[in-house]
Order: sequence, then structure tokens, then C-alpha cells
Amino acid sequence: MGELSRTPLFDLHVALGAKMVPFAGYDMPVQYALGVMKEHLHCRAMAGLFDVSHMGQVILRGESYEAIAKAFETLVPMDVLGLGEGRQRYGLFTNNGGGIEDDLMFANRGDHLFVVVNAACKDADIARMKAALEPDVSVEVIADRALIALQGPAAEAALARINPAVAEMTFMDVATIELAGADCWVSRSGYTGEDGYEISVPNAQAEALAKALLDMDEVEPIGLGARDSLRLEAGLCLYGNDIDDGTSPIEAGLIWAIQKVRCADGARAGGFPGADRIFGDLAEGVARKRVGLVPQGRAPMRGGTQIFAAGEGGDPIGEVTSGGFGPTFEGPVAMGYVGAAQAAVGTELFGEVRGKRMPVTVAKMPLVPANFKR
Amino acid sequence: MKFTEEHEWLRVEGDVVVVGITDHASEQLGDVVFIELPEEGMEVTKDEEVCVIESVKAASDILAPLDGEIVEVNSPLVDEPGKVNDDPMVEAWFFKIKPSELSQMDDYMDEAAYKKFIG
Repeated sequence: MGELSRTPLFDLHVALGAKMVPFAGYDMPVQYALGVMKEHLHCRAMAGLFDVSHMGQVILRGESYEAIAKAFETLVPMDVLGLGEGRQRYGLFTNNGGGIEDDLMFANRGDHLFVVVNAACKDADIARMKAALEPDVSVEVIADRALIALQGPAAEAALARINPAVAEMTFMDVATIELAGADCWVSRSGYTGEDGYEISVPNAQAEALAKALLDMDEVEPIGLGARDSLRLEAGLCLYGNDIDDGTSPIEAGLIWAIQKVRCADGARAGGFPGADRIFGDLAEGVARKRVGLVPQGRAPMRGGTQIFAAGEGGDPIGEVTSGGFGPTFEGPVAMGYVGAAQAAVGTELFGEVRGKRMPVTVAKMPLVPANFKR
Repeated sequence: MKFTEEHEWLRVEGDVVVVGITDHASEQLGDVVFIELPEEGMEVTKDEEVCVIESVKAASDILAPLDGEIVEVNSPLVDEPGKVNDDPMVEAWFFKIKPSELSQMDDYMDEAAYKKFIG
């Protein structure tokens, strides 16, 4: 294993007393002094600051937004062309088998498309984009910017203290806004189920911006531990756990992310990898579905827990892909895949924990209501 | 007080030994969210898994440090697992064991040795 990379906020994490762990090749804070539970609760009550600089930031440029969008649509089953300027959308890179290679965010920033991908997949994603899009569309990896997320009900008040313009943005808007003397690429989005912002800031100003926010009473630093429990309660997928190269977006319950115009009877139907399987899944239904799961006891059901239809006997009908304790939910929470016949909300199933089958109920996601500024 | 390499502490109280986990272990585990205690009256052998403790991060087993009988468990912990973080060395003991061979205690570290062990 090679040496771990550091984000521009590494020194700040260490100064804040973070516990650092290796994650996707980076030395990242898993928690700070508050600990996972209090960090999670603070983010839902006030505002949390996350360093997500390990994620990949990429700019796609071409002759026009239309040209870039049409090219990008060969890689994702999303409506890129119809995305308005100053707007962001959730996307998926699919493969020829209809599985998911990564999930991502993309934004129409006028003359270019701004793409943010997962840290663990970024090298493959960049290679995929270069192979498919160049030379007509250039793929520029942004290495000179950090990425900071500010999440929680007090995020707007905190960030607006630095620049009131951020308050004008609504969910999934993007804009270039001056913060801490730097031109920042701000989106009103996140990965917690809370209102908030994701801010691409030049490396040189990243620490100053983070410190300015952390100096505010509302804001605490939040590590990867709470980031995971926040997204789990919010029903958001973690790539590699809940979706992977064998999962179709239909199995994963991500059909909402595929706009009508790209579906079988849409004006720009198909033309992305795996369209046949994805349309087949849509037409014929799928054998398994991603669902929310609420263990009825106190014991968490973690990723890998086998799910059964009955308290005794029979083969597993599913598996937990992410599970743990939900501090806001105040109990164990999980998500996973079960047979389509067992996927209805309220279905009583069993998860095998340490050799014992414990009751678990299929639940509507998100398990904690989202709090976006629409 | 004695300490195991599994980060348990053992305190002799009359003819029983009280068992809990150390400050260091509680810190490493992070916020504890679930505890499964053994049954009172259960006969256990040394190194047998007798408790499960789960934090926000992961599940860990607690091993019986001695042969003997579980004579009492700290039942209130089940409803307030966070006490393991607040006061692991005193209030959040897990169980009391009546050892069949008290001499098994001799195998374990004293406080100075444990401090050295955890560095």
C-alpha cells in the first residue's frame, strides 16, 4: 500500500484532535473530540463541517454546454442536456451489464459541466471519461481545490454570515460565490439529508474558510463516522456497499434519478451503457430491491447480515448492505436488498445476528425525514 | 486491580471478581450503543465469549477472564449502554464472576504493566 494522501485540511484536522484513519487512499478524520454520536446529533441540530476533499472534482469542457451534455449522456442515464444552468443533478455511471460503476453529482455551470465523483472510484471514473469523451470534450481533473460540506439546519445562517448570497440558493442550485476572499463553487446539496452546502474552494484558502466557519458557535467539525450514520438515516447509498457494478439502478430504487427523456419511450431513450438491462428491469420488474430495514431489538444489524423470511429454516432472502446505530433515530438502522416479494414497507423479516434470528421490519426511507430547502 | 490484554479490568470484591472494560478500551470503541450481558448463574470457562458490546463503529466480544460462575450482571447497562463511555472503570461494570481458581488472576497485568501494554 502506498503512502496516504492528505487533503489541504490535514493540519487542521490534527490540530482539532481528530482521529485519523485511512480511507480511499487518504488520511481522513473519522471523528473529532465530540465523538460520532454527538457529531451526528450536532449536525442534525445545528451545523457540521465535513472535509470531503478526497472526492474527485472534474471539469468537462467542449464547444458548448449542449455538446458536452450530449457526450456525457453516453455515460450516464440522466438528462444532462435538459439540466438548467446553475443547477445540479445526481447521476450514475453505468456499465454494459446495467450495473453501477459509481454515483456522482454533475452541475451545469454555463460553459462547462462540473462533476464530483467518489474518492475510491475517481481514477477509474477519470479514465472512463477520458476514453469516452476526449478529444471533443476535455476532461480536466481539479487538483487545486478542496471540497468542504457544511450541513445542518444552521448551515444557511452560518455561511450567509460570510456571504449573504448563499441564502438565495435553493436545493441543488450551484453558483460561484466569494467566500474568504476566494471564488468558491457552491452547491446547495449534501449527503446527510439536511439542508446545506458543498463548497469547492481553492486549496490555499480552504483552511481559512474552514476556520472561519468553525469559529461560529453553530459549527462543529464532523468526521467520516457520523457522515456514514447521517447518510444511512437519510437512506442515501454508499457506493461499494449499497450499490456496485452488479446492481442495476432499478434494483437500487434509483429510478427517480433516470429522467423520462432517457427512458425507453423518451425523446433521447437509451444510448448509455447497460440500457437494455435497465429497460428490461423496468419493464419486467426485478428479483431484489433495496429497502430500509429497522431491527426491532437494540442490536445493530451491520453490513453482511443475512436476512430470512422466517424465524427458522429456509435460505436467506436478502442481506444488509449498510447498518449501524442511528443516533437521531435512537436505535439501530439499516438498508439492504430483499426479494421483491418481501420488499413492501411493513414486511416482518429476520436478520441473523451472531447465530440468532432477530426481527427486522422493512421501512420507508429515509428513516429520518429530509430537511432540504426546496 | 488486574488487567487483561483484551482491555478488561478485574477487581476482587470478597469472593467474587468484578469485570469491566478499561478507559482505554471505551475510548477506542467510541460511543457504545448495545450491550448483551450473560445470564446470571451461567458457568463459564476462561476466554469464552460472554458479552457482546457494540459501538457506533463495530461489535466486540467480551471474554470471560476466568473459569467460574456469573453471579451477577449489571442489567441497567442494557438500557443505558452510553454509561460504558461515561464511567467504564466504576459504574459500568459488566458482570461479577465467582472464580473456581482465583490463582488464574495471577496471569494478568497490574496497572503499571497494563499502562505499558497500551503504550
